Amino acid sequence: MPANKSSTMPSKVEKSISTGSEWTFELIDQYDKAIKKIAEEQYQLETYPNQIEIISAEQMMDAYSSVGMPMGYNHWSFGKHFVSVEQNYKRGQMGLAYEIVINSNPCIAYLMEENTITMQALVIAHASYGHNSFFKGNYLFQTWTDASSIIDYLVFAKNYISKCEERHGINEVESLLDSCHALMNYGVDRYKRPYPISAEEEKKRQKEREEYLQAQVNELWHTIPKLNEKEEQGETERFPTEPQENLLYFIEKNAPLLEPWQREIVRIVRKIAQYFYPQRQTQVMNEGWATFWHYTLLNDLYDKGLVTEGFMLEFLQYHTSVVNQPSFDMPYYNGINPYALGFSMMTDIKRICENPTEEDHKWFPDFAGTPWLKTLKFAMQNFKDESFIQQFLSPTVMREFKLFSILDDDTKKELEVLYIHDENGYKLLRETLSNQYNLSMNEPNIQVYNVNVKGDRSLTLRHIRHNCRPLEEENCNEVLKHLHRLWKFDIHLEQVDNDTVINTIHCPDPKMQKSDHER
Amino acid sequence: MSYIIDRRLNAKNKSAVNRQRFLRRYRSHIKKAVSDAVSKRSITDLENGENVSIPKRDISEPTFRHGNGGNKSIILPGNKEFIQGDKIARPPQGDGSGGSGQASDQGSGVDDFIFQITQEEFLEFLFDDLALPNLIKRQLSGIESFKYVRAGVVNEGTPNKINIIRSMRQAAGRRIALTSATRKKIKNFKAEYEKLLNTDSILRNNKRLMQLEKNIEKLKRRLKKIPFIDDIDLRYNFHIKHPQPTSKAVMFCLMDVSGSMNQNMKDMAKRFFILLFLFLKRNYQKIEVVFIRHHTSAKEVNEEEFFYSRETGGTIVSSALKLTDKIISDRFPANEWNIYIAQASDGDNWNDDSPICRKILVNNILPKAQYYAYVEINPRRHQALWREYEIIQKEFGEYFAMQQIKDQSEIYPVFRELFQRKQEQTATT
Repeated sequence: MPANKSSTMPSKVEKSISTGSEWTFELIDQYDKAIKKIAEEQYQLETYPNQIEIISAEQMMDAYSSVGMPMGYNHWSFGKHFVSVEQNYKRGQMGLAYEIVINSNPCIAYLMEENTITMQALVIAHASYGHNSFFKGNYLFQTWTDASSIIDYLVFAKNYISKCEERHGINEVESLLDSCHALMNYGVDRYKRPYPISAEEEKKRQKEREEYLQAQVNELWHTIPKLNEKEEQGETERFPTEPQENLLYFIEKNAPLLEPWQREIVRIVRKIAQYFYPQRQTQVMNEGWATFWHYTLLNDLYDKGLVTEGFMLEFLQYHTSVVNQPSFDMPYYNGINPYALGFSMMTDIKRICENPTEEDHKWFPDFAGTPWLKTLKFAMQNFKDESFIQQFLSPTVMREFKLFSILDDDTKKELEVLYIHDENGYKLLRETLSNQYNLSMNEPNIQVYNVNVKGDRSLTLRHIRHNCRPLEEENCNEVLKHLHRLWKFDIHLEQVDNDTVINTIHCPDPKMQKSDHER
Repeated sequence: MSYIIDRRLNAKNKSAVNRQRFLRRYRSHIKKAVSDAVSKRSITDLENGENVSIPKRDISEPTFRHGNGGNKSIILPGNKEFIQGDKIARPPQGDGSGGSGQASDQGSGVDDFIFQITQEEFLEFLFDDLALPNLIKRQLSGIESFKYVRAGVVNEGTPNKINIIRSMRQAAGRRIALTSATRKKIKNFKAEYEKLLNTDSILRNNKRLMQLEKNIEKLKRRLKKIPFIDDIDLRYNFHIKHPQPTSKAVMFCLMDVSGSMNQNMKDMAKRFFILLFLFLKRNYQKIEVVFIRHHTSAKEVNEEEFFYSRETGGTIVSSALKLTDKIISDRFPANEWNIYIAQASDGDNWNDDSPICRKILVNNILPKAQYYAYVEINPRRHQALWREYEIIQKEFGEYFAMQQIKDQSEIYPVFRELFQRKQEQTATT
């Protein structure tokens, strides 16, 4: 095929943009323009304006360790992350990512200066048009994050926290942040749409809020009984009346002894967790979409004669290593590669639209044979990993990946192969895989159940067990200590299976204290 | 429209603060690693950083997560031979059951978080809590460094130093001064002119009127000739050089190279000297080292010769002390230099010589020196020199310290003891 193509090359008018491997700013600009032209004119991809920043390897490490945020508050855990990245990089155990892209408006993409021009073009197509259009189009990002205000909010957060450090000491702030980080995954609203964040607003209202919040908390913990209290009070009424999934939110609003500035910091951590929540839910889709587009766009460049064969060879080498899926028994197997799965699924949707087989017609009557671009965009806009897989994973892809399902039941001696990639298994494989990407199934389901408002102020959480899966104990105890630091009164964690409480973990642990005495 | 921005010139150490926070938090771990490292490796390696390993459990950030157990089904890729309903033996659980309680102390297990600290940080941890006794004699040493400081405003200078505000003020003043007489005249003429103009036209002295007009005109022209700004108005900022006081230190390394000191002992001495040198280097910008070796007679030598050439024969320690005293008086006036002396010996001395040593030390050297440290590298019993020195220590505890080193691993602890922070030192004595 390539030989064929090259023979037609001379007939094309356009000249290739570059021949060497060195990049220059002019070349990057030319590639960007060429890619943009195809992305917009041929495929109508909608993107935020792009901001492409060239950075050095050291800066990439910095960007890495601040979890991709262009600026973050200071905390030792970022330092730890940085140290380990730096260490691995220096020892050559790890290459750096070729790009980092930030969901902001304008959409910031970092290109590393060590990259060749081929890499830079790949990264531009992948990040600045792939990820960028995903950020702009996907409903989760649309409803849950506000790309235009995130940078300002981060600046506000950084300044606020460093001011707190000045006023209250680094240690104090650090331990508070430790505690918040431990609960960060439980600082998101999974179903409710959060208010958009705006730094200016935050700053203006922050003072007001401090007072207001404190007043509310005081109201809750009012100890002087009201006159007609007896009548109002139903004995069994709980606080909160409904279980709360957002632990950090609950703490921010209700923890009895937190100072206003501490509440504000809890809020900052919570807001940032919320900002990253869509990213955690759309890994396969996001990477698959971006990979699909860099593949498509660069191939189009080639078809137009804008890039050389050498360029394509280098590009394909990167591309194939990115979408490589080692099988489960390989030593470097590390879960299902989201790039590989996402890319295969996106490509397969296109195939089903263009060349549907009998099987495809049966499985996807809705869109087999329809225009592919529309279907693909629809898929990108309206799903998250879990539902995307549930809706679009085709038997072809399952066969390609040779997926199979294993049941690991601790009551049985052996593992059992439940389904494989055959007629019997497709539906169930798909459902199980979809569940695997359901964050609320992956993380233990823990909610605030009750607060003993009238008594010892203890906080009771409930862990609703799913499939009898227990909590990892050591971690759990540590997290409870952190929670105790925020709540400052006793914490109880009830483990519930089939509506019955099977055991309760306490913090501080009364047994521990007793056994210490006995020793 | 895409913007392409070159950020490579931006600061690259954005994570420096976070890294410091991290080091701060694990200070005790790192300190332990550093002092372990010092006793393990040769001190000449101090030019490098050090690997620090911290057990993963100490460093982990906890979150709620599922433990093992329950029933779960997982999807794996790459099926080769399995069909539905196959049973597979459970693979051995490598890292399951959440950290088996016993954290391994020995070595760096797989579970350790290992990272490197730089030499700078290494030394910081190494010399943490240590202080140089009797620090700081600052001297104006004439040559080295100057700093430019402001010294008011002057009339002459180069254009780049023009002080605009002062120049303009000067110009304004000059203009007022030079024009006031003329303006007064104009004012008078104008008043007269007005008055004339207001009188009845018949009574008006038209000739006078014309003359006044002319006069005013003339004066106004004169006013215009006064320049807005003139050379003499210009004022310049003035800077003068201020000599910067620098602190200088000299370190004397005294070593016994007689036959009784073997290479191993010399190695230990060397390590001690290097530690001391690095420590001084962190406290003083400028430091000189004088090497003096002695057997029956003393000689000032270069570093190479100091550590590596061998000699035989007896030992007279006072010869080295005399030479030290002489060099101090010749080259290092005590009012300018911070003088540190470190002596290493195996304690052998010609018996009658030890009291002489004490005399020289007490009378000549100690009054000039900031600190005198004596280390005896000797696994055996003390001899006369040690006893004499003990007398000195009682008298000059603040300036004089002595310790014995029996084996390599003691060098660092001994060093720490010699330079422990002052308060602790006084507290223990």
